[in-house]
Amino acid sequence: MKAIRDLFESHSSTSTETRPHPFWVMVRKEIAGHIRSWRFLVLLLLILLTFWGSISVALGNIREVVNNVKDPDRFFLYLKLLTTTEGTLPPFHVFLNFLGPIVGISLGFDAINSEQQNGTLTRIMAQPVYRDNLLLSKFVSAVTLVGSLLLTLSLLMIGGGILITGVLIEAEEVFRIVGFTILCTVYVGFWLGLSILLSIIFKQASTSALTAIGIWLFFTVFYQIIIDLIVPAANEFSETDVIRYNRQVLNLLRLSPSQLFTDATTTLLMPSVRSLGPITMEQMAGAIPSPLPLRDSLMIVWPQLSGLIAATTMCFAASYYLFMRREIRG
Amino acid sequence: MTNPIIELKRLTKTYGGFKAVNELDLTVNKGEIFGLLGPNGAGKTTTILMMMGLTEPSSGTAHVCGFNATKDPLSVKRLVGYMPDSVGFYDTMTALENLMYVGELNGIPGSEVEGRALATLDLVGLSGDAIHKKTGAYSRGMKQRLGLAEVLIKDPEVIILDEPTLGIDPSGVKEFLTLILRLSREKGLTVLLSSHHLHQVQQVCDRVGIFVKGELLAEGTIDTLSNRIFAEKSYEVHVSLANVVDLPWKDEAEMLQLEAVQSVRVQDQLIGITSSKDLTPDIVRFFVHKGYEVSGVQKKEYGLEEIYERYFERN
Repeated sequence: MKAIRDLFESHSSTSTETRPHPFWVMVRKEIAGHIRSWRFLVLLLLILLTFWGSISVALGNIREVVNNVKDPDRFFLYLKLLTTTEGTLPPFHVFLNFLGPIVGISLGFDAINSEQQNGTLTRIMAQPVYRDNLLLSKFVSAVTLVGSLLLTLSLLMIGGGILITGVLIEAEEVFRIVGFTILCTVYVGFWLGLSILLSIIFKQASTSALTAIGIWLFFTVFYQIIIDLIVPAANEFSETDVIRYNRQVLNLLRLSPSQLFTDATTTLLMPSVRSLGPITMEQMAGAIPSPLPLRDSLMIVWPQLSGLIAATTMCFAASYYLFMRREIRG
Repeated sequence: MTNPIIELKRLTKTYGGFKAVNELDLTVNKGEIFGLLGPNGAGKTTTILMMMGLTEPSSGTAHVCGFNATKDPLSVKRLVGYMPDSVGFYDTMTALENLMYVGELNGIPGSEVEGRALATLDLVGLSGDAIHKKTGAYSRGMKQRLGLAEVLIKDPEVIILDEPTLGIDPSGVKEFLTLILRLSREKGLTVLLSSHHLHQVQQVCDRVGIFVKGELLAEGTIDTLSNRIFAEKSYEVHVSLANVVDLPWKDEAEMLQLEAVQSVRVQDQLIGITSSKDLTPDIVRFFVHKGYEVSGVQKKEYGLEEIYERYFERN
């Protein structure tokens, strides 16, 4: 952490000769503020602990997994490191499914309202900067932090893996892991965008935090229950109906960002996943259980990724709309 | 000296049906210190926010330094320093860091910003350990000084201070106002400050405007304002008698015949007489002569507080 801080501080002193754009001044200040805060330290510890826990469990089981002849993915050692589990601890990408929202929410829930409460918003707005730059700098700084944190972790894992197993990583795995990192960042970005939006709507930071957590809980816990209630029981339908209903249920579930994230990470990290919906026997016939090439996996993931980006953009657009004409008086 | 640097024309702001500022016309000239006086909720802050382009007026225009504050707020913000009524800083940063951040936002190159920040802090009287202290530990008076430093670091042409004396002790207020006066005179700054304490700002303002319920009731130097009041209602003497006076007062007509007496008001034992000259001795003599038992005589003087109160009363 010290190193990251030094990096930013040395950066600030070297780029001093040119006149920095106010936007980057703001981003730098935000990043410095996050890094120095206890909140970020706690989040960092949480992520490091889960990462360490899940990777060490995976390392313990890696020999059996790689020797499992039935698994078409067994040669992707590094992907296995990220996805293997023995059942006691979920793998890292499943952890991130609920850690991501927490990171996003906690980095953004007080973005605007705390500035308003402290009386800093009026002061900053009285400087010659565009109003949207403040909003954007809050978003960009947090996403930069999360992105670099996840990338660092992935690189650490690859480096550690090479040291421990002695197996060199393949280019495809690198791309898949980088893709996974980008996906995670986008996922965190969605929750960040949502919590920034809530921080504009609600004057109290605690209200916006609570609302954000409420939305998250709704999508992780209650959404599935509601969908199950709406869709009629499947046993009275013919096979084609069942498939149709299944598809509908999946599509409804995909309105939830965590479902999109799960779909996308599974496809990226498990190359043998070839479809995210139900497949009929005819489709399965003749298919060889082998890993998909990266390009095909990306094709499957694409709708999920664009869905997440669209949701993030929507949150952000709403934030802009609300913030640009907002009375900034504290 | 007519070189308008702030020009408000029929500036209006309505919130729903409520008119916060109503067709305000105001001109402030370059280099003068203008005091915007009014009670809380008179629309002072709203007016200031419109001048900074932070709030859109419902109608009318605000020109500051030649720029339209609504259409080109960035140009205005480059030349105008604004200190809000509740100054807040990033509590986890030191005073110097807070100031340097604002300096950088104003486009001061990184190589100069620290030097300029230190010079500005010195100017407002913050030095030593205080500048490396986190602003969370700052007292209200120190925050006010830091706020002023922040206004000055951008080298503004106009500074707008919203309630700068709020919440600091009397000696601090005096010191702070003297500082503003000195800076304004030294650097030729135009200062607009709002306050609801007339006696605090009367010592520094060249001109004041009295602002009540979104309207500017009176504007001018303090002398002009008090003369206007004096012309209308100059001296008032209250005479308390030992016994209740029967109404109508039998001597009222005779009293009114005294030279310069304008009106007489009788209420139980108290008789109030207003006149355009100081008639206290004549009035006392009159009562004694008529055989009343005078238990007290009080001459009411019109200080600036009274001017201010009178303006508010009337509305």
